[in-house]
Amino acid sequence: MALAARARRFDLGAWGFVAPALLWTAAFFVAPFVVMAVVSLWERIGTDLVASWSFANYLKFFERGHFLEAMLNSLEVTVIVTVTSILLAYPFAWIIAEKVPPRLQRLALVLAILPFWTSYVVRSYSWLLVLANNGIINETLLGIGLIGEPLDLANSRTATVIGFVHFFVMLLTLTIYANLVQLSPNYRKAAADLGAGPLSTFWFVVLPLTLPGIMVGAFLTFVLCIGDYITPQVLGGNNELLMPQVIMLQIGRRADFPTASALAILLMIVVTIAYLGFARWIRLERA
Amino acid sequence: MNTAIKRLKLTGAAALGALLAGVAAMPVANATEELNALVWCDHTDPALIEPFEKKFDVKVNLKEYEGTGSALAIVEQSQPGDWDVFVIDGVDVPRAIDADLLAPLPADEMPLDDIFPELRLDEAQMRDGKLYAVSEKFGYNTVSFNKTKVDAADMKDMTVLWSDAYKGKIAVYDYYLPVIGMVAVGLGKKTSELTADDLPAIKETLFKIKDNAKLVGEVVSSQTAIATGEVDILVGGGEWVTAGLSADKPELDWILPEQGGVRWSQSIGVFKDSTRKELATEFVKYIVSPEGQARLATSSCYWAMPANAKAGAELTDQQKAALRWDDQPTYLKNAQMYPAPDAELDAAMQDLWTEFLQH
Repeated sequence: MALAARARRFDLGAWGFVAPALLWTAAFFVAPFVVMAVVSLWERIGTDLVASWSFANYLKFFERGHFLEAMLNSLEVTVIVTVTSILLAYPFAWIIAEKVPPRLQRLALVLAILPFWTSYVVRSYSWLLVLANNGIINETLLGIGLIGEPLDLANSRTATVIGFVHFFVMLLTLTIYANLVQLSPNYRKAAADLGAGPLSTFWFVVLPLTLPGIMVGAFLTFVLCIGDYITPQVLGGNNELLMPQVIMLQIGRRADFPTASALAILLMIVVTIAYLGFARWIRLERA
Repeated sequence: MNTAIKRLKLTGAAALGALLAGVAAMPVANATEELNALVWCDHTDPALIEPFEKKFDVKVNLKEYEGTGSALAIVEQSQPGDWDVFVIDGVDVPRAIDADLLAPLPADEMPLDDIFPELRLDEAQMRDGKLYAVSEKFGYNTVSFNKTKVDAADMKDMTVLWSDAYKGKIAVYDYYLPVIGMVAVGLGKKTSELTADDLPAIKETLFKIKDNAKLVGEVVSSQTAIATGEVDILVGGGEWVTAGLSADKPELDWILPEQGGVRWSQSIGVFKDSTRKELATEFVKYIVSPEGQARLATSSCYWAMPANAKAGAELTDQQKAALRWDDQPTYLKNAQMYPAPDAELDAAMQDLWTEFLQH
């Protein structure tokens, strides 16, 4: 009896600790999600939201080619951005972790995250000016005679990818760096003792052990990239639509929240599938 | 007008405007009353708001929105009485009346006789003999261009936009109603008579324009593109793009092609649930007065024609030249109203626009 009473008290205490987080999650995630799911089954007729309780808004996604195309565009851009960011961030993180003296590593990290301190919108517009026909890149290439006509860099998928990569390289650098500095030097010594060269050591020892860091960063990049509206809107020139833009189009003038909600939930399903894919490595990190 | 003009919420210009509005409001921070207005960015100019604040010892709180849908959502999520003044696309006034958002205005206190006759939108602004909104600013969605790069004579014919003559040199303003309206006018259709049957031909032409376009941008992107030379032509442009830049960029110009253009307008009204209707009405009266109209017409966010013809007396010759004040009779005659589709056609037009963007 006494043990059971103590267990109950313990449970109450545990719930007390967890309750704020649960309430927060319920209020700011579960409740809005439920509202969104319910509204996605409604319909906007004129100025009224009508509870029609149908899957018509979801069917629109499959019936209208441009919605599906937007989802495919989003996935393509997100995968390109994630892979490019990993390829750029890994060497960057490795240089900070291995080549920069420990006393300067903190400074290097601060420099790495400096772009986060700039307004996201301003940064996107800045990239637009940099990539423009008369921007610094085209002016330089024209000036040194490498090209005869300005390259069409701005208002394109390339511009969107550049804008995204600029942002996410820093995020991935931090997660990969965090893994690299935790890696015991003994692994490399053991690999060397067994006759492995630097490349083999990296490929068979260092890379697999830092995979969780890569995947955590990649997942964050995936989630933030696929849901971002600003960068493709400013840098993409509306030459192709991504899902957040399509969702915003539903709201902008007609306030068609039911269709926007259905599209948002479909986007969440894609993110959930991505999470399940990344979860293997995330679990590995926890282990 | 252009709902997308309100998209400047995303822009540095609008942010700066809001910041300046905030700073400008500081001297009256202890004002005895406050007024909450849901507006577009041109109303956030301190030069417009300050005189009213001082005269009535009131602090005007301004919130910008980026589309009628967004505005309606803000209102739906607010408490009754939170908002006092509503600036809205002229074409969307009936939506606001249908949603029972607006209070009747004292028609005898409004300078209706001074409003340009074409801007007296009685059908949209009146219901059962009561006036619910007043036109306050207008302009044209037409063709803006860089006259040093483009033959101005070419711009007189709208069909050049869907020929190959300026392929890769064109930007399109990202708002479906005026651009669809423009294309309809270019195809010889009347904006007031558009039906779903007209959409296939409009779609075909729109897709040709997209093939020639370098970008489709909201206000800042499209204005930046033509100002920096990224493109030479802006489809859907007009005085709202070039007038404010006339001092720094005299090479930018705009024209109403021989086929005509689309006229946009914005209206102002008072919320039905406002608890400060008297003060809100005074604000409306100030905005449509010659002084308020002149300030609104040359607002730092964007310039456009004042709806009150008497505002001309308050504008300088240079300002009137930039606004083409003297050309208005001809322009008004050659411009058709914004399309005002019903909900079903509106949805079809928006789908068409989404396809156009994805093309």
